[in-house]
Amino acid sequence: MTAAKNSNAPGRNGFVNRDRDWHPPALYPPYKTSVKRSPQASLLSFPTSISEETGPVFGHDTINPLDNDLIHNFSADQGAAIGPRIVVHGRVSDEFGRPVPHSLIEIWQANAGGRYRHKKESYLAALDPNFGGCGRVMTDEDGAYEFRTVMPGPYPWPNSMNDWRPAHIHLSLFGHSFAQRLITQMYFEGDPLIWKCPIVGGIPTREGVESLIAPLDMARTIPMDALAYRFDIVLRGRRQTMFENRVEGL
Amino acid sequence: MVQKLHRLRETPSQTAGPYVHIGCTPNFTGISAYGGDLGVSMKTGPVKGEEILITGAVHDGTGMALKDAMVEIWQADASGCFAGQPGADPDFTGWGRSPGDMDTGAFRFDTVRPGRVAWPDGRMQAPHITVWIVARGINVGLHTRIYFADEEAANAEDPILSRLEHRDRVPTLLAQRAANGEFRFDIHLQGPHETIFFDI
Ligand SMILES: [Fe+3]
Repeated sequence: MTAAKNSNAPGRNGFVNRDRDWHPPALYPPYKTSVKRSPQASLLSFPTSISEETGPVFGHDTINPLDNDLIHNFSADQGAAIGPRIVVHGRVSDEFGRPVPHSLIEIWQANAGGRYRHKKESYLAALDPNFGGCGRVMTDEDGAYEFRTVMPGPYPWPNSMNDWRPAHIHLSLFGHSFAQRLITQMYFEGDPLIWKCPIVGGIPTREGVESLIAPLDMARTIPMDALAYRFDIVLRGRRQTMFENRVEGL
Repeated sequence: MVQKLHRLRETPSQTAGPYVHIGCTPNFTGISAYGGDLGVSMKTGPVKGEEILITGAVHDGTGMALKDAMVEIWQADASGCFAGQPGADPDFTGWGRSPGDMDTGAFRFDTVRPGRVAWPDGRMQAPHITVWIVARGINVGLHTRIYFADEEAANAEDPILSRLEHRDRVPTLLAQRAANGEFRFDIHLQGPHETIFFDI
């Protein structure tokens, strides 16, 4: 990261504001936990300043070689996790299509049976002794990333009497600026549970939901080893006008 | 028909869910990974400026403290430089992440009092810390700021604080010095003390 430059025109080279009608609303009663955890006053809007236009930077030396291999990164002797082996890959860009290189992605998920390794987890599906459920990866100079894991299982959760989460992987993205900070979930092509899920259901448009569904990507499968899914991610974009110098660091 | 604007749409946010700590602070949950969790320490050596401790909790609409939240902060160093800028304190990362206490949910940041940084029009902002909160039940991560109650003069001329119409809500953004010397900053997602959250 390099310093964000302050122009004298407020908001001129700041981040484009978030389209709140595109994201799930804070209050979505079918997702019951949102009822008491959603702010009720309007959000206070103002242009980004240097406090949000900068953000933490992680070097590639933060990452260990196995961090992006959830199949092997937990077991002490690198025994393989159980389940269908997959590669997840894609590209992180901003709203203007510019790649977001050298940025950290953190990943977590249930095992192939739909069970998380967590003391508060109560689902009766078995733990996999070789699966921890977390990984991380840095995007390369083109914003591309790739990790290996097992296909997570769907799981039931306490909300309505019989709610099941579609198979999903949680992703946390830093981008280059605190304004770009995002946590989301990716889903898998063809999963009928996607359209029944109250967490997915908060997304107002079908198009928005579809942007979280990764297609099967046969071109990137590893024959006799792993299927592949492609998941491209878009972070907020920063304005750049013709009338000023290139913003440093972009 | 008109020409198409080729802007992409931001990937929609989804809740961090109850197991965000597995992904972001795995060691805190008992999964040993990466040689330690990121953001635990904001200091890599002796730092410049006044060292402060900020504690608090995230409360839901019933007043109960969340035990599955994750709070991150990002701030300037004591001289008003962000990590990576020329002149920034090399021993201060500016970024902290707290999973909250296992039993109470209390978050804790061992940091420094930030210096002042400029608003886009050149005016100086009051010292502040940018905060980001995620948890089960929060669909889009919430942004707010910590200002300091004892920075009265700077707060009075701050471009954001001075603009707030509902003056009675300003204290929701102010960290107060507690008897033990720590700064206390509680976050209320709802209710009479609902924190001011930012659409930035
Ligand atoms: Fe999940």
